[in-house]
Formats: sequence, C-alpha cells, structure tokens
Amino acid sequence: MAHNPPLCIPPILMTVMAASASREFQAGVLALAPLLVGVMPFGMIYGALALSQGLSPAAALAMSSILFAGSAQFLFCQLVGVGAPATVTVAEISLLNLRHALYSAAVAPRIAHLPRRWKLALAYLLTDEAYAVIARREAAGDAGPHRHWFYLGAGLALWGGWQLSTAAGVLLGARLPADWPLDFALPLTFIAIVVPLIRNRTLLAVAAVSGIVALLAAGLPFKLGLLAAALAGIAVGWRLAGGVR
Amino acid sequence: MSIWLTMVLCGAVTFIIRLSFIAAEGKIAFPPGFRRLLPFVPVATLTALVIPELLMPQGVLWLAWDNARLMAGLAAIAIAATTRSVLWTLVGGFVVLGVWPW
Repeated sequence: MAHNPPLCIPPILMTVMAASASREFQAGVLALAPLLVGVMPFGMIYGALALSQGLSPAAALAMSSILFAGSAQFLFCQLVGVGAPATVTVAEISLLNLRHALYSAAVAPRIAHLPRRWKLALAYLLTDEAYAVIARREAAGDAGPHRHWFYLGAGLALWGGWQLSTAAGVLLGARLPADWPLDFALPLTFIAIVVPLIRNRTLLAVAAVSGIVALLAAGLPFKLGLLAAALAGIAVGWRLAGGVR
Repeated sequence: MSIWLTMVLCGAVTFIIRLSFIAAEGKIAFPPGFRRLLPFVPVATLTALVIPELLMPQGVLWLAWDNARLMAGLAAIAIAATTRSVLWTLVGGFVVLGVWPW
C-alpha cells in the first residue's frame, strides 16, 4: 500500500496529522449544520407519516438507518400506504436514488487511495446534503490530505440529525400539528443546495430544462418524470458543453 | 413480501448505487467526457425534485399569486442566489410561506 505512512514518522508529525484530521472533521460537521434546519423538520414529518401509513415505530426508525434517504423514505411510506407491490416499491426507490450514482462518481477519484472501510463508510453516508457540502468545498478548490475526514464529519452530522429528528417524529406522531407545512422543508433544502451550484449559463440551462420536463412529465407513474427530467437536463448540459470532445 | 424485506432490499440497492463508482474507480475506464457531465447531475435531479413542489403543490399546474408555495420558493431562490446561505434560504422560505396572505 503506497499510501500508508512509513513506520518511522516522528511522533510530533503524527500529532500534527491527527490535529489536521480532527480539524477537518469539525469543519465538515459545521459545514453541514445549517442544512439540519431543513432536514430535521422533514425527518419529523417522515416519522409521523410512517406511522400514519401503517409502519410500526421500529420499522420507521430502522428505515432511517437502512435506507438513509429522506425523499426515498417518504416515497416508501406512501407506497406502503397505497399497498403497492414490493417489486414496484424496490424499482421506484432505485430510480429515485439513481442520482446518488453520480455523486459516487464525483467523489470516487478523491477517495480512491483510502482503505476499503473508508470507502464503505463514505458510500453509506453519501446523501444529497453531504454531497452538496462536499461539492461546495471542492468548487472552492480546497484540497488537503485529510479531506476525507471532512466528508466523514459532514456525513455523520447529517446521519445524527436525521436519526434524532425521525425519532422525534415517531414519538410525537399524530401530535404534530397537521397545519404546519413541515413537508416544505425538503424543497427549501434542495433550493438552498442547488441555487449556489448554478454558477454559469450552461448550468442554468440544465436547471431550466430539467424543471420544465419535470412539470411536463409529472403525470408519469413510478416517478419516471423525475428520471426523464434529470436525463433531459444532463443531455442539454452535455450538448452545450460541446458533447464528446 | 414483508415490509421489512422490502425495506432491506431498498436499502441494499441504495447502498450499492452509492458505492458503485467509488468501488469501480481505477478498475473500469469511463468514456471520455464522462467526468464533465458530473456537475450537471445534482443541478438536474434536485431541480426536477423542487419545481413540481412549487408549481404543482396539489398535482396540477398552479401559476398564480395565491400559490403560497410558489411565492415562498421564489423568495428562497432569490435569497439563495444573493446570500448563498443555507440558513437564510430556509428561514426566508418558511417566513414567506407563513406570512403570504392566501
């Protein structure tokens, strides 16, 4: 393993490296923290929705660890509520979560040198919110040998906030006031993530096409409209960027 | 199939999707230009999730002043574009949604 440190590192250097890792971890937690303002209300409403659609409290809580994907967990509950067959549920969740493959592709070269346990952990923690924080840091051109600790800090901060808020939603359940528009926290969170990413006209065109197709295709079953909109937006970006050069 | 089995299957598929390129890095050669597509992906998918929530909050197109979610969303977009702050975007969006008179 070329990337393991040699055994003869002086103790003082080890201390410096540990300090840098811990600073990176804290910076990751802090960078993600503002997103929790949007994520936690959504976690609470997920917990309440899960119970109202007939899931047990144990299943509702376990799903936050097993799936760990807010919009997919919401969809799962809705599909359970309408009695959708399991095959349909698995297919729809897969489609909805396909965008994470592209986050995976974006992060992959930056963590290629890490041991397998790091790759497994960071893959498990790779959500929209964690990726948004990572992408913003990468866009600022901020490298650094311990940036995987930043990724871990951001991922774990979101994981903790999500577990706490879904547990609160399960506990409060039907006592959450129905007229609070907590579900609006999800689109607001995504607006907060996506608008700063639109840095040029090509990306604006991607957003415009994707939004229009999402409206036109909203009637398609199985969230296929979402997939069509995303693919249309990516295709337009690819054309505007000059296709294969 | 029980809910638990369905849930575990969904979780496994989601994890495999998240791991896909991380695990394949260095083992599979990607076509040229592939990496240049990546910045488009979060913009395309997240916009596709957001726009129907603002313009079709009840399942049909609702382009009017009394659509409070549209107005709150537009305010949030303006705040996000000018401040680039997650916190102010969320606070501003919820405040507009709360005070919008319809």
